[in-house]
Amino acid sequence: MPDIHDESSFERHPKPGVDHLDYAGEQGMAVEQETLVEPDPEKREEARSLWGDAWRDLRRRPIFLISAVLILLLIVMAIFPGAFTDADPRKADLVNDYLKRPDWTDFFGAGWFGYDGQGRSIYARVVYGARASITVGIFVTAIVTLLGGLCGMVAGYFGGPVDALLSRIIDIFFGIPLLLGALVLLNAFSTRTVWTVVVALGVLGWTQIARVMRGAVLTVKQADYVMAGRALGAGTGRLMFRHILPNAVAPVIVVATIALGGYIATEATLSFLGIGLQDPTISWGIDISSAQKVIRTAPYVLFFPAAALSITVLAFIMLGDAVRDALDPKLR
Amino acid sequence: MGSYVLRRVLQMIPVFFGTTLLIFLMVYTLPGDPVSALFGDKAADPAVVASIKHKYYLDQPIWKQYLHYMGNLFQGDFGTSFTGRPVSDIMADAFPVTIRLALMAFAFELVFGLLLGLVSGLKRGSIQDTLVLVLTLLVISIPVFVLAYIAQTVFATNLGWVTPTVQNSKDLSQLILPAVVLGSLSLAFVARLTRTSIGENLRADYMRTAVAKGLPRRTIVTRHLLRNSLIPVVTFLGTDLGALMGGAIVTEGIFNVQGIGNVLYRAINQKEGPTVVGIVTVLVIVYLVASLVVDLLYAVLDPRIRYA
Repeated sequence: MPDIHDESSFERHPKPGVDHLDYAGEQGMAVEQETLVEPDPEKREEARSLWGDAWRDLRRRPIFLISAVLILLLIVMAIFPGAFTDADPRKADLVNDYLKRPDWTDFFGAGWFGYDGQGRSIYARVVYGARASITVGIFVTAIVTLLGGLCGMVAGYFGGPVDALLSRIIDIFFGIPLLLGALVLLNAFSTRTVWTVVVALGVLGWTQIARVMRGAVLTVKQADYVMAGRALGAGTGRLMFRHILPNAVAPVIVVATIALGGYIATEATLSFLGIGLQDPTISWGIDISSAQKVIRTAPYVLFFPAAALSITVLAFIMLGDAVRDALDPKLR
Repeated sequence: MGSYVLRRVLQMIPVFFGTTLLIFLMVYTLPGDPVSALFGDKAADPAVVASIKHKYYLDQPIWKQYLHYMGNLFQGDFGTSFTGRPVSDIMADAFPVTIRLALMAFAFELVFGLLLGLVSGLKRGSIQDTLVLVLTLLVISIPVFVLAYIAQTVFATNLGWVTPTVQNSKDLSQLILPAVVLGSLSLAFVARLTRTSIGENLRADYMRTAVAKGLPRRTIVTRHLLRNSLIPVVTFLGTDLGALMGGAIVTEGIFNVQGIGNVLYRAINQKEGPTVVGIVTVLVIVYLVASLVVDLLYAVLDPRIRYA
C-alpha cells in the first residue's frame, strides 16, 4: 500500500479530475526534487537528526531570517539602548511640543519620531522601551517552560494518580484567563517592577506548555527505544531526560516561541491598563496609554510605540511559525 | 456516553472549587486592605473598620471565609459588594451586555474565520492564501488595544460611521464595532487553524475516495472535508467563548461598553473583593461548561470517537 504521507507519490501519478483540489502543491514537488539530488554522504548524516534537518530547512526560509534578524536587533537594543540614540528618554523638555511633526531629516536624532505630550523624544522612548518588553518576554517564557515542562513531563511519564492530580492542577490554573489573573495578582502590589510582572505572568501562564509537554511525553513514552532503554535498565532520570525529553521537546519549543510574543503583548496590555509596569520604567504599553490624550491632534505619538510593539510580537510569532514548519513538516 | 458525561462532570467539580479557591486567595490574602481603602486618605475609625470586616466575614480565617462564600453561592447568593449592592444585581445589569457583545464577536469570528480558512486552505499558495496569511499574522501581532484605536480613528473620527464610544450599551448596532475588534484576534486563529486542518485532511484517504467516486465538489468540501477539519477548530472555539468575556476588559474599556469587563476592571482597581470573585466565578462556570460541550461535540463531528 502506498504511503499516503509521501506527497510525491501523488505527483508521480496525477489523477485526472483531482487537480482542482490541489493535493500536492509545490511542497510535493520540492520533496521530489530533493530526493533526486545525489545524496552527499556527510549531508545525509546530518539530515538524519531532527534538529540538523530542521536547521538546514530554517536557513533557507526568508521568514526565519527576517524574524531572526529583527529579534537580534531588538535584543541588542534592549541591552545597549545607548548605541541607538544619544537622546535621554526621560528628559521632558516642553520646548519640544508634541504638535511639532516628526522630523524625517533628523536621522536617528531625538526629534526623528517627534515628541510626546511631555516633550520627550519618542524615538528614544521607543528604543529604551525594548528592554522591558524583551525582558518580560524572555524571562516569562523561561519560567513557563521550566515549570510547565517539568509538570507536563512528570504527569505524562508517571501517569495514573500522579497524572490525575497534576492534570487537575493544570485545569485549575487553565480556568483563569492570563490577563484577568494577572490583573488581580498585580493589583495587590502598589509598586511593580519588570520582575513583579515576570513572576505574575510566569506563575499564571505555565499551563499551556504543561499540556503540550504532557501530550508529547504520552506519545513518546510508547516508542520502542524507550522500552529498549527501560529493558536495558535505564533509571527514571535517564529515561526522562536522555530518551524522552529530546524527542518530546519540539512542540514545546514551538509553543513557547509563539507564546513569547503573546507575553510581550500581555505586558503591554497590563501596562496600558495601568496595572502593569509603572513610571520610571519605560514601556511601550505605558506610552501608548498616555498617547490617548493627544491621539486626535498627534496620531504619531501613538503610532511609533504601537508599531514597535506590533513588530516585536510579529517577529516572535513568525519565528515560532518558521520553527514549527521546520520541525513538523506534516503541519505545512 | 452517559458514564462519560458523568465522569467529566465529576472531574469538573474539583476544578471548579480549585479555580474559585485560587481566585479567592488572590483577592483576599494578597497585600492591600480593601476596607481601609474604602476610606481613601482619611484615617478610618478602628471600630468602624472592625464592624465592616465583621459584616463581610473578613475577620474570619481565609478557609472559613471561603466555605461561607461557597455555602451562600449554592443558595444563589453571590454576596454583597462593599457599596452595599448585591453582586448578583450588579452582574444582572452587566452580563447581558457582555453576552451580547461576546456572541456577536463569536458569530463574526466563526463565519469569517471559517470562510477565510476555507478559501486559503483549498488554494494553498494562491494569492488569496498569501493574503489571508499576511492579514491574519498582522491581526495576531497588533495588540487588541491598538487595534481598537485604529478602528476608532478610522470608522468614527475619519469616516464618521459610528460614534467613537458606545452611547447606549443596549443598542445592538452600536456594539458592532467593539464586537468586531473583540473577535478579530480569535478570527485570525480560527482562519489559520481551519487552513492547517484542511491542508492536512486534503491528503486523507477518504478524500481520495470521495474524489474517485465522482462526488460533486460541493459535497466533498462540505460533507467530507469541512466536517473532518472542524474538530480542532471546535476545540478552539469552545475555550474561546470564555476568553472573549475575559478579553472584554480592554475592548469594553476603550469603547465604553457598560458590560462585565468594565465592571470587573473597576472592581479590581477598587479592591472590591466580592464583585471580583463573583464575576470570575461565573466566568469559570462558563468556561467549564463550554469545554464540556466541546468534548461532547467531538462525537457528533467524528463518529469514530466513542466515549467509553
